[in-house]
Amino acid sequence: MHTLMESLRSAFQAIRAHALRSFLTMLGIVIGVMAVIAVVSLIQGFSNSVTSEFKGLGANSLTIQSYLPRKDRLAGKVAKVTPDDLLAIQRGVSGISGLSPILPVGRFYGTVKYRNRSTHSRILGTTPGFALSNGQYPDRGRFITPDDDLHHHHVAVIGVTLVKKLHLPADPLGHYIQMSGQWFRVVGVLHPLGQILGFDQDNRVLIPYGTALSLQDAAVVPDIAIQLNVNHTKQMDAVVARITEILRRNHHLKPGQNNDFKIQTPAQLLGTFTKVLNSITLILGGIVAISLLVGGIGIMNIMLVSVTERTREIGIMKSLGARHRDILIQFLIEAVTLALIGGTIGLFLGYGTGLLVAHAVPEFRGAHVPLWAVVLAFGFSGGVGILFGIVPAAKAAALDPIEALRYE
Amino acid sequence: MTGEAVLELRQVTKQYVMGDVTLNALKNVNLVLYRNEYAAFIGPSGSGKTTLMNIVGCLDKPTSGEYILNGTPVAEQDDNALARIRNREIGFVFQNFNLLGRANALHNVMQPLIYRGIPLGERKRMATEALQNVGLGDRLHHLPNQLSGGQRQRVAIARALVGKPSILLADEPTGNLDSSTSRDVMTMFDTLHRAGHTIIIVTHDQNIANHCRRVIRMMDGQILSDTATAGKEENLEVLRRV
Repeated sequence: MHTLMESLRSAFQAIRAHALRSFLTMLGIVIGVMAVIAVVSLIQGFSNSVTSEFKGLGANSLTIQSYLPRKDRLAGKVAKVTPDDLLAIQRGVSGISGLSPILPVGRFYGTVKYRNRSTHSRILGTTPGFALSNGQYPDRGRFITPDDDLHHHHVAVIGVTLVKKLHLPADPLGHYIQMSGQWFRVVGVLHPLGQILGFDQDNRVLIPYGTALSLQDAAVVPDIAIQLNVNHTKQMDAVVARITEILRRNHHLKPGQNNDFKIQTPAQLLGTFTKVLNSITLILGGIVAISLLVGGIGIMNIMLVSVTERTREIGIMKSLGARHRDILIQFLIEAVTLALIGGTIGLFLGYGTGLLVAHAVPEFRGAHVPLWAVVLAFGFSGGVGILFGIVPAAKAAALDPIEALRYE
Repeated sequence: MTGEAVLELRQVTKQYVMGDVTLNALKNVNLVLYRNEYAAFIGPSGSGKTTLMNIVGCLDKPTSGEYILNGTPVAEQDDNALARIRNREIGFVFQNFNLLGRANALHNVMQPLIYRGIPLGERKRMATEALQNVGLGDRLHHLPNQLSGGQRQRVAIARALVGKPSILLADEPTGNLDSSTSRDVMTMFDTLHRAGHTIIIVTHDQNIANHCRRVIRMMDGQILSDTATAGKEENLEVLRRV
């Protein structure tokens, strides 16, 4: 114990005695840890902000979409979730609320015009239930009403991005916008949701489902998406099973045939996303960790030089009764101390870099350094110190006292 | 000579093999040293006095023969045991002081006590006392390069004595000092001898050797002569003329 404390004291003394050299030696570790922490903190911060955005979608909501594997699509097969399916679910499934169809007008984006300006926006036909299942309510005006849907009213509830892009008045209610060659009266402005993975959720126009249907070619059965909320989380599995059963029957799927639709929960989406992100973290972290090895080699190099320089000192200590072990521990502790100081500096610099980048990038909730990354960085620096310190330390400990004392 | 033997060498031989040549640094050396002796190993370079000192100081092991220190045979001990013996039984004083340059006087003197596992407070107390005994009570926190040669050697002596060793082993202790400082250092050894310490001085300087009570003359790895001297004040006179 005394030897340990003394070794630590002596290590700091030795590091101070060659402050510049020690700092340069640490630099490898500093940069390595800094890079690891910066990368991890940014990815984790990104992950956190995405996770919290996903949470806004509601843990109980389900989305049903048509789905075909790529090879079936290439083979010319078509899968659809139809208004019939919507009715079947409405009739056959209990314990749900906010059931709403989503019918995109145009394949991805449609053109929206106001006066002489136009922009592209996602135009969705839907029903009042959409507000509930998406947790998105109008800040201004009203949402789509059952009456709108029933009578195919030409009304629109718009996202804030549109207000900006089309230079609509601050209070756009009552103004008319043009889509698919038809005029729609703005009746509501949606509460801003921000972005998910760079996708602007506020660049959308909601119109009544019935209206959207009437805009389509009547001969083609539309492919819609269906959203709904499960009232009790416990019933999630049962509801999914029931819907699957209904849709399979409606689509005339034989046993053994794959579903031609997909039922997704935000938890699933989030799970996939998190998995991908964690892999990226690991891979990037691993690559950057290699620089720690380089830093370790730097430490070994300097420790070897230091052992040679201090050969005489080692001889003196041996003549005073230092055992093999005492010398070994002293030099090992010096190497580990170097590495850990480097690690600490790197940790703060890395976190600082993360914060800086986070500040530079808007809509980013800030860098986050998880505890495991801190522990890992320290563990790794310490490990590097031991790994690359052991050779010089063993060399020092093995010196012959007489030779060492004679060393000039 | 009376009293108990501190160390005994029996037929100690040390050989160095350098390529094809075997060098006999020590040949069948027999020697007994008693408590409170004040002895000098004297001889020209290559006489084997340094090898003898290394073996007596447990820095080296004899190739053959026995070495009994305080009744314990040490020739067969492993490195760690030798380190322990050096720590407890031997106090070294070197020609070039061999102080740790980064550590102040106090820490230099505390250093051997670390390996004995003595707690910090006790270490400080013992080291301070040892430095006061050599007249450096006011230099505790000076670094070696802030001290004169004589002061450095006194720090080294304090370090050698702080652990209360059986033998004080000084290798050319005045070799790097001017004559007046040398006198001071030798006077200090005299005082230590009177206080009951067992002292061995390795030197090539006849005047220093004459200062001791027993002179063991080395030549070609063997003891040439082993004589008791008066070690009286006239030797100090001799020293003064140097």
